[in-house]
Amino acid sequence: MTTRWFGERVLRSEDERLLRGRGRYTDDLGEGALEGCFVRSPYAHARVVFVDVEAARRAPGVRAVYTAADLPFGEMDLPLLIPHPALTQGRTQRCLASRIVRYAGEAVAFVVAEDRYLAEDAADLVEVEYEPLPVVANLEAAAGAERLVHPDVPGNVAAELTQDAGDVEAALEASPRRRRLRLRYERGAAQPMEGRAVWARWDAGERRLTVYDSTQSPTSIRGGLAVLFDLPETSVEVIAPDVGGAFGPKIMLFYPDELLVPHAAMQLGRPVKWTEDRREHFTAVNHERAQLHEVEVGYDDEGRIQGLDVDFVHDAGAYTPYGLILPIITAAQLPGPYRVPAYRVRFRDLYTNLTPTSPYRGAGRPQACFVIERVMDSIAAELGLERAEVRRRNFIQPDQFPYDTGLSWQDGSRAVYDSGDYPRLLEECLRLLGPRPAGDNVGMGLGVYVEGTGVGPYEGAHVQVLVSGKVVASTAVPSQGQGHATVFAQVVADALGVDVADVEVHGGDTRRLQWGVGTFASRSAVMAGNAMHVAAGLVAEKAKRIASEQLEVDSADLELAGGEVRVRGTPDRAIPLSTLAVLSNPLRYAFGGGAEMATQFTPKPRQGPPLERGEQPGLEATGYYSPPGSAWASGAHAAYVHVDPDTYRLEILRYVAVHDCGRVINPLILEGQVQGGVAQGIGGAFYERLAYDEEGQLRNASFMEFLMPYSTEVPELVIGHLETPSPLNPLGVKGAGEAGVIPVGAVVASAVEDALGIPVTEMPLSPLRLFDLDRLRAGRPR
Amino acid sequence: MIVNGVERPRPGSARRLLSDYLRHDLGLTGTHVGCEHGVCGCCTVLMDGRPVRSCLMLGVQAEGHQVTTIEGLAPSNEALHPVQQAFKECHGLQCGFCTPGFVLAIAGLLAENPSPSEQEIEEGIAGNLCRCTGYASIRRAVFRAVELSGGSRPE
Repeated sequence: MTTRWFGERVLRSEDERLLRGRGRYTDDLGEGALEGCFVRSPYAHARVVFVDVEAARRAPGVRAVYTAADLPFGEMDLPLLIPHPALTQGRTQRCLASRIVRYAGEAVAFVVAEDRYLAEDAADLVEVEYEPLPVVANLEAAAGAERLVHPDVPGNVAAELTQDAGDVEAALEASPRRRRLRLRYERGAAQPMEGRAVWARWDAGERRLTVYDSTQSPTSIRGGLAVLFDLPETSVEVIAPDVGGAFGPKIMLFYPDELLVPHAAMQLGRPVKWTEDRREHFTAVNHERAQLHEVEVGYDDEGRIQGLDVDFVHDAGAYTPYGLILPIITAAQLPGPYRVPAYRVRFRDLYTNLTPTSPYRGAGRPQACFVIERVMDSIAAELGLERAEVRRRNFIQPDQFPYDTGLSWQDGSRAVYDSGDYPRLLEECLRLLGPRPAGDNVGMGLGVYVEGTGVGPYEGAHVQVLVSGKVVASTAVPSQGQGHATVFAQVVADALGVDVADVEVHGGDTRRLQWGVGTFASRSAVMAGNAMHVAAGLVAEKAKRIASEQLEVDSADLELAGGEVRVRGTPDRAIPLSTLAVLSNPLRYAFGGGAEMATQFTPKPRQGPPLERGEQPGLEATGYYSPPGSAWASGAHAAYVHVDPDTYRLEILRYVAVHDCGRVINPLILEGQVQGGVAQGIGGAFYERLAYDEEGQLRNASFMEFLMPYSTEVPELVIGHLETPSPLNPLGVKGAGEAGVIPVGAVVASAVEDALGIPVTEMPLSPLRLFDLDRLRAGRPR
Repeated sequence: MIVNGVERPRPGSARRLLSDYLRHDLGLTGTHVGCEHGVCGCCTVLMDGRPVRSCLMLGVQAEGHQVTTIEGLAPSNEALHPVQQAFKECHGLQCGFCTPGFVLAIAGLLAENPSPSEQEIEEGIAGNLCRCTGYASIRRAVFRAVELSGGSRPE
């Protein structure tokens, strides 16, 4: 008889506000703030001979111009976020470069003026003399090491790491068949529709710093700013208001603006705001994806893998602020859903004179999936087997969970798959795909993946029932469109037996919850969702404790439903949560719903102190969830495509995604995440390419030339769900945010190869690239 | 110029973009700026009922015209415009940043052509970028908006 919200297609509570133009994105706030503008290096590698800001300082409306020499932290290297013992040559940039710039777009000076127009005028007056240095513009140049990005880093190697599980050399030696592949994945970019923005104000009287930041991790930013400015953490407030998409690169510690804007606000005594423009977003915000893999696989005559040896290089960009997370994820996830009896992976993280890299939706997994799925297809081709059949023969079976890969995971623990059913995923995917459409130049593509989601360390939630009976729930993780306010409300509403519309959710505001981590790694539903469940459960227990005293009934006989605590089986014996909220706070002065029950002359005088020993006032609780390990989601995608033999235009005729993220909180939102992820994957597989030249210049830094898919390029997916609940968390959920994007490169490669008969060993493709590959195959290179 | 039915003074500076004028002078921050070079469509507003990109216009160019922004689209605080309502019903938005541009572009399309064909719908939204939804729910929202505003839904 209790309504259950978990699993329902609840419409989003966020939408009405956003649809009316009442969103609150960072640049919408801070009216009257001073505005900043950066001077950035046009060179990918150069010595800074001098920076002359005198003319800019005299320009109309200018309040400050900062160079490294003007900053108390100008000589400080920015933090290396996730150190790793193998990262022996970690390097991070400084807030503003003063001697060497190592990528085009690196910040050199920061101008603050009365408005953005005046700041841009003044930025034009900043004179910087550069002496260009030799550029390392791609992975081959980095590996060749004839030129160095950092003179003190030999071979441009930031880190080298080898992992093995099993004796790969013996396994390859013993394999009846062996094959080598060389596979390439190029740079990609997340490109959220809202760029980054920061607005800061300093209250000198209260010594309180308030920062609005379009970040995925306000708590981390707060911690870093408190250390930098030597303030108590409680005196620094960081809020991520509405954020217009993020997809990974909005988490950093720090981008230079995240220090400069607060610093300027404190120094100038006025609020300061900086809003990125699209052109600078292209080079100043982190990229991802570029890797080059050398693979050797050994397998038997039935197509079963015996050994897999992978050696790859990862393009770090000019610095390693995010440690080795990306290549570690690639390395650990490369075997995917398959049993690989012997696996060895070695990677080298190489510096280039390009924008630094950090996770972008998928985070090392699209590359891993591309590699293993290309291996599967090549085995199938060699043996004349169906591609699906080779996968069937190699899958980890449903009775093999928990499945220990023997590999080290991104949080330092062992990568152990918790649950899944890969054979069923594939069969369901093929069933939904249906028969191949008639016609020439049609190809079928297939890709299966796993995704370690919901990494720790922890996340928290505070849940409070107000005296109105409404519920306010807060978590540190901010939303960038994932519908947190709706799905977390569903979890809380179930635990408290209230209507989902009565739960108001706040995220990403350190004023509401001190502790937390952030939104990344498909972790919010797992981490914050379960923290919400824990916190709301504590509130429910407390509500029952108070009600049991009032109703003189054992707590165990009570249930929460319909906004009340009721006696099971006797629903007319009940107390509304609003009244319990009043009772939870023994007051001399009473107000709110049911106040007459809560005064010191309450109808039921109690023995002992009004607030029981160990009890806290308020119908509220804070709860945390910390996972024993990652929850491993999985999925199978398949597509039919048509490639025009003259124009090489790609048309996706049918695209099926079957997805298993454990128990589904809200199918509507999940389907949106999958559809959106696949769309980003399609962009990254066939349209988007960051076109760097030999001088490290990004030649297509605009939406005119960096071609993101419009509606015309993205089909409506056929989506299937499978639910193997995660045994690791109370809700049984796994993450879903990144999943859609992961196998798309593998699927498109497989489908195009099938359609044209051209071996595909690289991502992204494009019509021009297919034209070239086709000519090469025909022995008629352009 | 008339913005959402209210007469407004001309921008203080001739070089002020219409998008900046709306956002920062009038406080109508529902108009979003995604690329500042006229490709993404986030800044779309209606000028005399037709969609235009406010980042590609100077504020002074809107002098003598009627401008409708997302804040001026809904008939009341209670009711939404059919396109807004359709987006809500169809999960047509995630982060919401591109949404005002889409909603206004579609509202402009339906005002001109209440029963567009599938092809006309596809063309009508092909000038706006969305990085979250993958467009399927937006296309569904257009079909729904056609229904809600009394047009006939394409087969």
